Amino acid sequence: MPNMSLEKVKMPEQAPDVRNKNFEEVALGYTKEQAIEEATRCLNCKNPLCMQGCPVNVPIPGFIEAVVAEDFEKAYEIITSENALPAICGRVCPQEKQCESKCVRGIKGEPVSIGRLERFVADYHMAHAEAVTPDIKKNGKKVAVIGSGPSGITCAGELAKRGYEVTVFEALHKAGGVLSYGIPEFRLPKDLVAKEIANVERLGVDIETNVVVGRSITIDELINEEKFDAVFIGSGAGLPRFLNIPGENLLGVYSANEFLTRVNLMKGYKFPEVPTPVKVGKKVAVVGAGNVAMDAARTAKRLGAEEVYIVYRRGEDEVPARAEEVHHAKEEGIIFKLLNNPCEIHGEDGWVKSIEVVKQELGEPDASGRRRPQPVEGSNYEIEVDTVVIAIGQSPNPLIRQTTPGLDTKEWGGIIVDENTMKTSKDGVYAGGDTVTGAATVILAMGAGKTAAKAIDEMLTSK
Amino acid sequence: MYKILAKETLNSAVELMEVEAPYTARACEPGQFVIIRVDEDGERVPLTIADYDREKNSVTIVYQVLGYSTTKLSQLNVGDYIHDFVGPLGQPAPLHKMERVVGVAGGVGAAPLYPQLRKLAEMGTKVDVIIGGRSAEFVLFADKFKKFCDNVFITTDDGSLGIKGFGTTVLQEQIDKGVKYDECIAIGPLIMMKNVVKVTKPYDLKTMVSLNPIMIDGTGMCGGCRVVVGGETKFACVDGPDFDGFEVDFDSAMVRQGLFKEEEHQCKIGRG
Ligand SMILES: Cc1cc2nc3c(=O)[nH]c(=O)nc-3n(C[C@H](O)[C@H](O)[C@H](O)COP(=O)(O)OP(=O)(O)OC[C@H]3O[C@@H](n4cnc5c(N)ncnc54)[C@H](O)[C@@H]3O)c2cc1C
Ligand code: SF4
Ligand code: FES
Repeated sequence: MPNMSLEKVKMPEQAPDVRNKNFEEVALGYTKEQAIEEATRCLNCKNPLCMQGCPVNVPIPGFIEAVVAEDFEKAYEIITSENALPAICGRVCPQEKQCESKCVRGIKGEPVSIGRLERFVADYHMAHAEAVTPDIKKNGKKVAVIGSGPSGITCAGELAKRGYEVTVFEALHKAGGVLSYGIPEFRLPKDLVAKEIANVERLGVDIETNVVVGRSITIDELINEEKFDAVFIGSGAGLPRFLNIPGENLLGVYSANEFLTRVNLMKGYKFPEVPTPVKVGKKVAVVGAGNVAMDAARTAKRLGAEEVYIVYRRGEDEVPARAEEVHHAKEEGIIFKLLNNPCEIHGEDGWVKSIEVVKQELGEPDASGRRRPQPVEGSNYEIEVDTVVIAIGQSPNPLIRQTTPGLDTKEWGGIIVDENTMKTSKDGVYAGGDTVTGAATVILAMGAGKTAAKAIDEMLTSK
Repeated sequence: MYKILAKETLNSAVELMEVEAPYTARACEPGQFVIIRVDEDGERVPLTIADYDREKNSVTIVYQVLGYSTTKLSQLNVGDYIHDFVGPLGQPAPLHKMERVVGVAGGVGAAPLYPQLRKLAEMGTKVDVIIGGRSAEFVLFADKFKKFCDNVFITTDDGSLGIKGFGTTVLQEQIDKGVKYDECIAIGPLIMMKNVVKVTKPYDLKTMVSLNPIMIDGTGMCGGCRVVVGGETKFACVDGPDFDGFEVDFDSAMVRQGLFKEEEHQCKIGRG
């Protein structure tokens, strides 16, 4: 008999006023008992709608059934048959828009907490199973992967499993892409990311850091000189957008990428124990309301800022961040200034002094289907701050397209691919993840990496 | 890990290292730079490329022992390894054959200027160089420049070597004498490059300068290196580091460079 509780089993968390002062993980994860209790809420539907919501088709009811049976290793095997990075996805996927949004239990009450269960299974496996180095027969073919974010890592892992010799080229000194430099420690512990990457390396994948493709070596050179049989581009969308308003080059104005990179990749939160500093004032305004903005705001709070504002030109319903992040941010004391559009940053002696905003009201829906904000005449006012973090989105870095003849891109820089195979306009070259879609999600990037791996395999075996 | 093949002390504040770095050595061109991290947890430090040897897979860097990271770097010796070394970064300098070019170097600026002028000379351009330093020991690379420069002018603040005064004075004299230059390339502290532009602008003598603002990734990802050029925001690490000196907003660049002064200080204290 299923557990008919209308609510999810709560996941233990650090209390808001404790955690907003440390960088430890916020959510602590289910215990074995809690996981089993939550798993019994699943109806094991014949036609599981949840799976339709999952971009990589994880056999959800199957793994949940294994959790009920307390066979956690089997649950892990079922998940990883489709998803190579479950400990990460269980933490950062927007489940409320994907699997959980479709779950029948959600019609009356809360859906099954698929994300928390996925996380539990992955963490249990990491804590208990021994790392194994599988014995894979090499097929003698070489594939180059550019970028070590979720798309590149997934593509590399899938190809290595099929016997390819895979080299991942990463521009930074550390693998992981946004998982390492963008998403903060308190949401996605970095040693966990490192473990997931080590698992992929165990499949025989070689990760070369400190190689900027386009500068250190070009794609044409990889194919013609280094004799790679195929190339996958998973270079992400790392180029920060700015507002282009006066005052943006004042001291104290950061892109979210700079702010988060200083903290996550360079461990600036440990300054002066580490040499990379990060400056955060008493009052911080973060412009934007996506996941990146929430991460920047919550990070600023943890670095000691007294007041942290989210400044966003649209309304509550349009906030693009995961619901859980918004909820956590509010609990931690982040102040939301919605329907406020920044128009100028004012400074004093070169440093930020305040951010001037115009109040907005919502008009008709625009091209994105969201109601278009319109300025309220004469409603300008200044918010006093000493740090401004711009988190209004990123676009693909132009380096690859500038140095790769024959690679077609959209006007905004996204690489054009055939969606069924991820093949680009250039022979033997595939692409996926944020560099194709623009800033999206971890799971979509992984899905693209997987699709590309399958297509590359088909292309190279038919040769 | 990147092996140190040679190390040399150039003066009391400046050192040179030749480092094995195949990816950088195979592709780098004058004007480009690298980013290094001395050790695990180290800062990412941008350094200009002073020379390279494609056969030996090596790249030569020149650095001023100034803050925490360059001090750590300076503690390494031949045979030791640098943790991370990525490059080449930035755009190659836009060099082409001209009639005559003048280079103006301030302090360690001589290091990145050297491969640029040498390449111009190799292309058949006549090259003059003005090297400035605080005192005799801070005048770098004079012998190296002599190998291909028609004229090597040396200036020091205290007159301990060459002409007492600034490079800009010599540059002005050359122009007054009627020497025709097609282009000037100035590399050094911001204030020096700003002053060079003050000299060249009235004559509409095209002047390229090299900017090295605070950087983190060096790949266009953080925007920390933004500078204002021609009224537009540019990322020095990907759009530069060389820019048309007439277009650069030196004043805003100087303000931005002051950003982490306090922390640099505190950091050193923290380390004892
Ligand atoms: C702060 C932040 C929070 C986020 N939160 C979430 C979340 O909660 N849930 C979610 O699903 N998604 C989230 N996202 C989005 C998600 O992280 C991305 O959609 C995903 O990482 C994209 O993966 P990718 O593999 O395409 O690229 P990336 O993760 O961006 O990785 C690209 C890698 O390629 C490297 N690279 C780039 N150019 C080159 C080159 N020329 N040569 C060599 N290497 C190169 C980069 O250094 C980088 O390591 C967040 C993003 C950010 C920035
Ligand atoms: S839709 Fe919900 S109840 Fe049905 S199988 Fe999926 S998780 Fe279980
Ligand atoms: S150093 Fe980060 S964008 Fe230039």
